[in-house]
Amino acid sequence: MTDTPIDRMARATPPHLARRVRGLSDRAIAWLFVAPTIFLLLAINIFPLIWTVRLSFTNFAANRPGREVEWVGLRNYQRILTDDGIWANMQTTAHFLIWTITLQVLIGFTLAWLINRKFKGNDLLTTLIVLPMMLSPAVVGNFWTFLYQPQIGLFNYVVELVTGTPASSFSMLGAGGLAKWSIIIVDTWMWTPFVMLICLAGLRSIPDYIYEAAEVDRASKWRQFWTITVPMVLPFLMLAVLFRGIENFKMFDMVVLLTGGGPGNETLLASIDLKREAFEKWRTGYSSAYAIILFVTVFGLASIYVKALNKVKER
Amino acid sequence: MSTFVSGLLRFRRGPWENLSTVLIALGVVMLMQPFFLWAFTYSFVVTLLGTVMFIITSHFPE
Repeated sequence: MTDTPIDRMARATPPHLARRVRGLSDRAIAWLFVAPTIFLLLAINIFPLIWTVRLSFTNFAANRPGREVEWVGLRNYQRILTDDGIWANMQTTAHFLIWTITLQVLIGFTLAWLINRKFKGNDLLTTLIVLPMMLSPAVVGNFWTFLYQPQIGLFNYVVELVTGTPASSFSMLGAGGLAKWSIIIVDTWMWTPFVMLICLAGLRSIPDYIYEAAEVDRASKWRQFWTITVPMVLPFLMLAVLFRGIENFKMFDMVVLLTGGGPGNETLLASIDLKREAFEKWRTGYSSAYAIILFVTVFGLASIYVKALNKVKER
Repeated sequence: MSTFVSGLLRFRRGPWENLSTVLIALGVVMLMQPFFLWAFTYSFVVTLLGTVMFIITSHFPE
């Protein structure tokens, strides 16, 4: 018989320890293995969450650790939910969410529909299309800042070429209402490939015999598209919408690098405002309540996402 | 409609989950709409109610 590493380990285990382990049930051994992960999860995720909930009911300020912490009850929540400024930030976030999702779904679905046809260079084209998605948001933020430069940026020159508007006459990241659209363009450029991939998976899951049956029934291509393709891709599309919705609700890095929330508060998304409240104004209790409001919203959306995911799995 | 109501009365997962989902979606819309400040004020309560309901009702029998 060969001497396996497990045999050698068993022999090397001190007898008193071996006796103790031998007495453990399978369930206890399973718990023993899972315990470190549960401990880490509690320490890194659950404890900070509970602590944040606790802080949200106080006037704690992290830059004044010596100050007496006062219990303020629901006052932080009350102030946030009646604040016009935060309401405006939520609308900015909504504008960003609605436009990015709409554009990404429309362009992503169209690309997937085109890519799904068999043609030469299909794989290479798919790889090229998904490239932006693989880049880091920091890299994307930096190089789009260069692209948007009014004097040397390529974007303004392309606009000049197409519309005739002089390149140096407008600034995408400056005042004038264009900054909101500049972040939408970048996010759409970066994440449309993701929606395309999900739609492509949906399109490839439709069996050919359904289209063949429709052909036999002499259904037009238009009718096939609306009665077969769209309904069968819809659960996948919903999944993409929810996923992008959750991600864009938390959007921070790319927008900070592009506009920093400016000009003024034009691109001040909720997550950027939260960071300002917590680490620039040092209103820790207040920002904890703000974070809990955003957390509950994202958690709620994630619940719907999981439900949609299960529906897709059932298909 | 009657299936939905009887599902609610018999504490079945499907209709209760649907109701929670509607509440969550309503809460998110209330949070981000630009028309009424009162809707923004009550959005958190609605979303929280929907989320807690979703957690509880997802344990109901099918």
